[in-house]
Amino acid sequence: MQEREQQLVEALADMREDEALALARAMLEGGVDPLRVLELCRAGMEIVGRRFEQGEYFLPELILGGEMLEAIGALAKPLIAQAPGGPAKKRGRVLIGTVHGDLHDIGKNIVTFMLDINGYDVRDLGIDVPAATFIDAVREFQPAVIGLSGFLTLAFDSMRDTVQAIETAGLREGRKIMIGGGQVDEAVRAHTRADAFGGNAMAAVALCRQWIGA
Amino acid sequence: MDEGNAAASERYETRRRRLLDQVALRETDRTPFVFATRFWAAAYAGITYEEQMYDAEKSAAAFEKALRLLEPDGYTPSLYIYGPTLSALDYRLMQWPGHGTDPNATFQYLDREYMAAKDYDEYLFDPTGYCLRHYLPKVAGAFEGLARMPDFASLSEWRFVGAMRAFGRPELRASLLRLLEAGERAEEAAQKSAAFVKRMASLGFPSVGGGFCKAPYDHISDFLRGSKGCMLDLFRNRDKLLEAIDKVSELLMRGVVEETRAGGTPYVFIPLHWGLDGFMSPEHFRTFYWPGLRKVLLRLIEHELIPVVLWEGDCTSRLEQIGDIPRGKAVYWFERTDLVRAKEVLGDTVCLRGNVPTSMLVAGTPDEIDAYCRMLITKVGKGGGFILDGAASVPDEARTENVLAMARSVHKYAN
Repeated sequence: MQEREQQLVEALADMREDEALALARAMLEGGVDPLRVLELCRAGMEIVGRRFEQGEYFLPELILGGEMLEAIGALAKPLIAQAPGGPAKKRGRVLIGTVHGDLHDIGKNIVTFMLDINGYDVRDLGIDVPAATFIDAVREFQPAVIGLSGFLTLAFDSMRDTVQAIETAGLREGRKIMIGGGQVDEAVRAHTRADAFGGNAMAAVALCRQWIGA
Repeated sequence: MDEGNAAASERYETRRRRLLDQVALRETDRTPFVFATRFWAAAYAGITYEEQMYDAEKSAAAFEKALRLLEPDGYTPSLYIYGPTLSALDYRLMQWPGHGTDPNATFQYLDREYMAAKDYDEYLFDPTGYCLRHYLPKVAGAFEGLARMPDFASLSEWRFVGAMRAFGRPELRASLLRLLEAGERAEEAAQKSAAFVKRMASLGFPSVGGGFCKAPYDHISDFLRGSKGCMLDLFRNRDKLLEAIDKVSELLMRGVVEETRAGGTPYVFIPLHWGLDGFMSPEHFRTFYWPGLRKVLLRLIEHELIPVVLWEGDCTSRLEQIGDIPRGKAVYWFERTDLVRAKEVLGDTVCLRGNVPTSMLVAGTPDEIDAYCRMLITKVGKGGGFILDGAASVPDEARTENVLAMARSVHKYAN
């Protein structure tokens, strides 16, 4: 990696937003392949994810990381001649969403971010997602893992109903369902009949690794 | 006073005193249990959550039924009967039962950016003017016309008089009429709440409700910048955020002391949202969160009020930092932080409250609840300074037999 490339990765990883954006802009204006710039962004975000896992970074750093990625992406994408051709090294598909009745998305967004930088192909259905929407998406996206998120206690029943609906639709076989958010623990997992629960975003990544490989 | 009344009055005083003694870290005859909830009382009494918010009589009857079942040492009179006020305001900071959410689903705050980062300077220069003319018109329909309010501080002499024509504008007049309506609804709700508290006192149940305050960082995050905006400010607008925290810590105190005293209890509830483990680094917590919150706590304590701080989520990594307040003057209510560990670190400083897991109250069994409460009472209750409660009050979906097992445990186990 060239020195300037290394600088961009480090600026991203160290949360030096202005510097990272200036470097990326200079590289793009100087004719560096936009796909290369995006690759460097990913390298920077991998360090961010690692620092988050190690307890050095917290939610605000992930949010700023996401913002920097988005800003550089917006600069780079119009310069890409052809479509990037899709991510080459995706490790498996994960469908995720906050269950019906719940509008919270912070936890879900962290999980999405962490799964994404760990190489999974994540489709995020957003918040307040009815069971029927999950089912349509499972049919169409064919995920290996389904992640149900919820912060409020009303989400316990929504998760249970969603798991049941997926099962009734004959879509549970061959897939794993994980739940997480707020109060979720083993008691809630048993209540919802999900395959596993996670207390944080790293647990979600670990479950996916275990289920669909690293 | 007849015998029934005399007995109720004695029960009231014993319970009230038991709680105050625990706050002062004194051991009492047994661990007290307090009852707080959003909508569990409605579910238990068989009314909808929407009815609880809109029908004060049904709401009061449901809460009374719950109190008679549980016989707690104290309760938070959170009837949430402000439904008509919220409707009159066309309030947009949250959705509530039947109004954005299902009639039987709890209210939810809408975490959005209500103040742009570029507005910090204006807010810092003139927070009241900013609120009146920019912020409020955004967060509730009834305030929309206030965008036309004169900027009073800018007016002098004849300009002042002439500026009164603002009150002739149809938009402002319409807003003022809607606010009169909201005011009447709020007054009605407050009166009915006060009447309920008085009646429950006559039955022997002391209220532990009272004032309400926030951590300055949370106020800025929840009400102005949104959680994402505020987290980005930690990097992008550090100095402005610090200045706002400083200002807000003064603004938030206005009226709280008087309001709490008028309510007749010393307790000031402070739910915390964005300072927990994982939500910010220890350095950010030390710089942006704890100093502002500590300032609020010290001010309340100075006025002989008792802050009841609900530390949501897991705050284990904060324990060593948050003991820097006067001894025996506050309650720290922990949601998921290990209370046994909290007792080790903070037991000589602050009364602990909590924390029967929400998931257990909803999906567990009475035996599990009983065993958990026994553990808390014997380990955390030992020597005083403990109030038993749910981790984040009694969840709406809790099974009745589980709530009852929690309420009864304080009579079964000695601390």
